[in-house]
Order: sequence, then structure tokens, then C-alpha cells
Amino acid sequence: MAIDIKMPALSPTMEEGTLAKWLVKEGDTVKSGDIMAEIETDKATMEFEAVDEGTVAKILVAEGTDGVKVGTVILQLAGEGEEAESADSGGAAATKDDSPRGDAQADEKKSDTVEDSAHPAQEKVDTGARQMFEAARHDAEVSDPAVPEGTEMVKQTVREALRDAMAEEMRADARVFVMGEEVAQYQGAYKVTQGLLDEFGDKRVIDTPITEYGFAGVGTGAAMGGLKPIVEFMTFNFAMQAIDHIINSAAKTNYMSGGQMRCPIVFRGPNGAASRVGAQHSQNYGPWYASVPGLIVIAPYDAADAKGLLKAAIRSQDPVVFLENELLYGRSFEVPKLDDWVLPIGKARIMRQGKDVTIVSYSIGVGLALEAADKLAAEGVEAEVIDLRTLRPLDTKTVLKSLAKTNRLVVVEEGWPTCSIASEIAAVVMEQGFDDLDAPVLRVTNEDVPLPYAANLEKLALISADKIVAAVKKVTYRK
Amino acid sequence: MAKAPARSPAPAGDTPPADPQKTNRERPSDPRPYEASKEELLKFYEDMLLIRRFEEKAGQLYGLGLIGGFCHLYIGQEAVAVGLQSALTDADSVITGYRDHGHMLLCGIPPKDVMAELTGRQAGISKGKGGSMHMFSVEHKFYGGHGIVGAQVSLGAGLAFKHKYSEDGGVCLAYFGDGAANQGQVYEAFNMAELWKLPIIFVIENNQYAMGTSVNRASSEDQLYKRGESFRIPGLQIDGMDVLAARGAAEEALAWVRAGKGPIILEMKTYRYRGHSMSDPAKYRSRDEVQAVRDKSDPIEAVKRTLSELHGAQEEDFKAIEQRIRKQVNESADFAESTPEPDPAELYTDVLVEKY
Repeated sequence: MAIDIKMPALSPTMEEGTLAKWLVKEGDTVKSGDIMAEIETDKATMEFEAVDEGTVAKILVAEGTDGVKVGTVILQLAGEGEEAESADSGGAAATKDDSPRGDAQADEKKSDTVEDSAHPAQEKVDTGARQMFEAARHDAEVSDPAVPEGTEMVKQTVREALRDAMAEEMRADARVFVMGEEVAQYQGAYKVTQGLLDEFGDKRVIDTPITEYGFAGVGTGAAMGGLKPIVEFMTFNFAMQAIDHIINSAAKTNYMSGGQMRCPIVFRGPNGAASRVGAQHSQNYGPWYASVPGLIVIAPYDAADAKGLLKAAIRSQDPVVFLENELLYGRSFEVPKLDDWVLPIGKARIMRQGKDVTIVSYSIGVGLALEAADKLAAEGVEAEVIDLRTLRPLDTKTVLKSLAKTNRLVVVEEGWPTCSIASEIAAVVMEQGFDDLDAPVLRVTNEDVPLPYAANLEKLALISADKIVAAVKKVTYRK
Repeated sequence: MAKAPARSPAPAGDTPPADPQKTNRERPSDPRPYEASKEELLKFYEDMLLIRRFEEKAGQLYGLGLIGGFCHLYIGQEAVAVGLQSALTDADSVITGYRDHGHMLLCGIPPKDVMAELTGRQAGISKGKGGSMHMFSVEHKFYGGHGIVGAQVSLGAGLAFKHKYSEDGGVCLAYFGDGAANQGQVYEAFNMAELWKLPIIFVIENNQYAMGTSVNRASSEDQLYKRGESFRIPGLQIDGMDVLAARGAAEEALAWVRAGKGPIILEMKTYRYRGHSMSDPAKYRSRDEVQAVRDKSDPIEAVKRTLSELHGAQEEDFKAIEQRIRKQVNESADFAESTPEPDPAELYTDVLVEKY
């Protein structure tokens, strides 16, 4: 029986082409891999190889023919009779031919099973969208675990809180390890991993060479293999060398594998501007990572959140980018003294109640927003301050609820204005909170320039409580 | 005597640096071609033929528009993966780049699961969300299927890190091409792998062309097996068109790595018959060059000859294998064409594992 050989597509967009040249003639025997023809489009010429074996029974399109549509039968191949059945097991209309040399004419009926079966009726798969919609509605009210009455509060720096979070999770789970530059013997470039080497040894606290792309890949591969790495970047500025693994390898794997291959890894380190370190060492990557589906992005402000959220990040089955702030490492906050202080990911926190305006921020911006709220209170303006804490997924519900109460919104971000978290919040409010707005949403962000070194210029470029106060006065129409 | 002068006691810190030419670093022995039984040879033949027929069919489905995007075929290189992976145990892991169909079949992943992924169907190994370049099977310890050139080398070092950390006795087989061998992260991974003595075999599948650029137009050191020297990783150059040479190399490399001596590099000299991807007309080399390799060095024909000449295999034996494989491949193609596309609801699943 004959096999129809069709005009191939050289690319998914090709619709027709020129059959430039035949390299076989009727009566030739072809084996798979033999070049049968040259096909041309305006972009390229390609050799067309045989897949099926047999004898060329009939050439149906002469060489030199232009505009041959993809899928047109261009040649008929008489296959060996013994292979006829297996070669055509998909064709319902195949005609059986017992003669060893098939007759090309006998197979006119060979149906286009390919085209017919390519789009069969879809069966309903009971997963998916429902789950997504449920998650997106944020109906499940998640709030911070209650701190039992009488719990002792201890003063702790953010640095100590982060270290305790890692140490506690490493004690609880042997799969957790820390790797990065200077994390072990040097005790951490910013001393966040202080003491971990002594307690856990060099198998689990690993100094790497200065090789961000490489060790981000090693960590990601280890997570794919089933471990739970914490990869410390000395700062997130250096993680730009590794961003390929964070996004292409870690964030997309679960999706690309249809949910089979997980990547439970935490990428952490200081993010944003430090003090007088200039443009290459002062950048906020929150908006970059928060734009990537498949990642969780956390940027805590105080020590209790740093501890509770880092523990949650380490326990998560998903890849987490955990953005710390160098300027906050040494600042002390109250942390509840509990055996297992874990906070929910994806839930903002109302830091201060108010009725006149909502100020939304994250990381170091929260401190400035609280300072601004104090100043505003002295002038009779009650600001509600929200710490987003998680940048992806964003807790838009808490923001919108607050807006419904105050009708005015200022977003504060230590970072550039363009394509920022502040821009995102403004967009969400336009889409979902428009009717609650009594004034345009304003953004208070760093200036749109690389961060300068000179002390006076640096100060001008960064956000400040005064800039926040000015924005709040604008949206509340006060002088 | 002249080569090993007696060391006079020198004050600490005053030892002259060792001459790298004269260091007595241990080296792996030159691997010998594997001595395969008839049954093993038949299995190699069948595995290679399965890959070739599978890839030919994939090329055909691409031509019919049933496979989209990029599709990189392994035709010509079959002996590399068949020889190497035949030596692995269940504890070992495999990772590669985007020319991954063959490696997957050898990990034991059913052809229809791979083919249905190529056609973007729900029944595909990645539920149709990955495509030719992004396929994985944790169950079969196949960790991708990576689309970024060279990424799998660092990731493979991470898998090896896991083998060592968990003391599971496994070795990672990390494949990459001559093109990827010029990526910076490959050397970052080499450095850490040797520093930490990770159980990994770096396999450079040198098919002579990085897309359209030949090795000697892209590589200042074109003997790629030497690329580990400055990291103290030994390398072996192997005829990748010879499945027995490949298997022999795997035995030597696995013995080296399992003995805790750290990573090793295998440069497998091979050749792809087809273009870099389906949309590559391959005008950077002559048809004669391709034909000469097919005629003289085809790995499948070589095994077939050995089977006939040394083991008395008959034409009927080969025909029976051929038929069985064609049937299997055709069934997988029929399945891949007829099984449904993903439900639209699948668009939103598997982005994250947990709910937040």
C-alpha cells in the first residue's frame, strides 16, 4: 500500500513553498534519512528527508512548482507490504494490500486522519481555574497567628531574627542548608549567618567561591533534587548575575514540568539602597522579581516579620526571593518569644490604624511611613499605614479595604518609580477601587536616576518622611 | 633519581611552587571499548533505533504542523546517550539541554508521553506546558530538558550536590554541547564540582556545530576534553559514534566518580545529521560532509554490522526489531495526535505548589 508524502512546513508559520528540486525519481528505493527533495521559502531552503521507507511510486508535484500548500500530497511511496499495517495504524480507511509491492493507485482513500484527530472534543479536566479563582479572591482570611497572652517579647535585631529563623528551621529539617559567599567561616558578610557554622558544621553551612551564577544554579539543582537550600547573596545587586537561574530555572520549573518537579529554595540577602555605596550597589529588585509568576517575593520590615516570614519561606514548597535591607539589619524590634513563630505568606499587616489616608509601603519604606504618620498626627491627619510584607502574591484585599475607609492612597517605595510595586498598586486601585478614590493615587519613590554617591545628592534621590508628608497633604488637599 | 630529587628540609612557607607539568596527579586510565554480549548489543541496537525512528517521526510531525516551536533532533548522536546511560543505576540522575528526547527515552519514559508533550497535549509528560525543550520526570530521575544553553551544567552540579549531601550513592550525568562549553557558568560549576568533589560526569556532546558555528570558529581550545584542566578535572575524548566506546568510557568515568575522586569530563565526538533545529536549513556545511558521516560512521549501522559479522544475526532479526520499533513509534505518534489538548483550566495550575 502507498504512503502519502505531504509538503512539509519548515516553520510553524509556513503556509506554502516552492518544490525546488526532486532528488529522487519514480522507481527509486528510499530509506529513512535519504534526502528526497529541496523545499524553498522566501527565508530558507531545506532538504526534505524521507522518514518512511519504500519505492517512489508517483511524483505528484513537479519540481520548480511554486506556491505548494503545506499538507499537499507531493509524492506517493509504495511501502513494503509487511509494514503496511504498523505504518498506518492511525488510519481508519487504510486499504489492505497483500502484494509485496503496494499499488499506489489503490490507496486513494487514505484519509487525513492527522487533521481530523488533531482537535478532538476536549474532555473536561477537573482542576485548575477554580483553584486559581479561589486563590485570587483572597476569600480565605489569613491573619497573623495570635500571640498568646503573657508571651514574653524580646528585643532583637533584624539580623538576629533572621539567623534564629534559619537555625530553627535547620534544626527541624535536615534537608535545609545555607550556601553563599562568606556565610560560614567569616560568619556572614553582614553577620546574618553568625554562629551557624559552629552549630551545623561545614556540610550544611557552605562557603562558595565568588560565583553567583554558578552557585545559584547549584542551589536550584539541589532543590530540584529534593533538598531545601537557602542561598545567600551578599547583596541582591550581585544576584543579577544569577537572575537566569532564579527566573528561568527556579520559577518556571513547576509549571513547565506539569507540577512534577518542585524547587523549594530561598534566595535571600540585602536589597535596596545602603549608605553611600553608589549606583551599582543600591537597587531595589522587588518589582523585578514580583513580576515573575512562579516566584514568591517577600520583603519584611521589622524583626518579628523577618523571623516569621523567613521560617515560612524555608518551609514553602515554592521558590522564594527574600529581600532584606542592610540598613535595617541592626535595628531592634520586639519579637514574641515562642517556640515556632511562623507568619503567613501573602498577607499584609496594618501597622497603624487611621481614617484619613492610607499609606502603603514595604521594607524600609514602612519605617519612613510610620515616621510620616507621626508627623501627620501632630497636624491632625490620621494615616493608616500598611506593610505589604509579601510583594508576590500581593495582598490587594487589605489595601482595597483600607482605601474604602480612607478614600486616599499614597504608595511609598524605596526604589525607582517606573514599573514599580507602587505602579502596580496604583493599577490595582484603578481597576478595583476606583469608586473609593477621592484623590489620585500618589507614588513616593526614589528619583528616577542611578543612585549618586555624593551625600547631598544621595539624600535628594531617596525617599524621606517629609516627601511622604507632602504627598499625603496633596491627596488630602491640605496646605 | 633525576626526576625525584631528595627534598632537603626547607623552612615552612618557603617551598617552591610545584611545576604543573611534573605533578603526579592521578588520571583515569584510557577507557577500553566495552565488551558486549550479543544480548547487550541487540539492546544497544534497539535503543539507538528507537531514538532514530522516534526523532524521524517527530520531524515528520513537525513538518505537518503538529509539533510547534523549536524541535531539536538527536539523529546521528544516538550512540552517546545509549552507551553512557546503559551504565547507570537507579540511583543516578540525568540532566541535559534542549536536545533531550533521546535521553528521556533511555531513562525509561514511555515514548507516547514524550511524543504527546511534543504535540502539546494533556497526556504529555509536562501536561503540554513544557514542550520539546522543557520536559522532566522526577520519577525516572530525569531532571530536564533545559532551554537556556549551559544552565543544566550548574543545575547538574546541584543534583550531584544532592547525591553527596544525602549520601545516596548516585552520580549525576550532565550533558551539554560544544556550544554550551563556552558559557561562563560551566566553569563556575567545574570549579565548585572539583572543590567539593561532587559526583558528576560532565558529558560534552561535541557534535561539531553550535547551531551554525563550527567548534574551531568558536573555541580557542577546541579539544574540549581539556577544558577542565585548570580546575584539575580530568577529561577523556571518546568516539561518540561508537556505542561500545561510549559504554566503555561510562564505566571508567563512573568508577572514577564513585571512588570519590570528584568530577570527570567526557568529550564525546559525535555528529548530528539534521539541522540544529527543525527550522535550520544547515547551509553552513556541505551535503557531502553529512553524507560521508552517515556512510562511514553511522552508529546504528556499525552495531548492525558487528551483530551480523560476529554474532550471526540475520536480516530477519533486524527486520523484526525494526517492525517492533516502528509500531511503537507509530502508536506513540497516533496517540500524540489524537489525545486531547490541555483543558483551558490547566492554564492556571502548577504556577505555585502551595496556596497563599
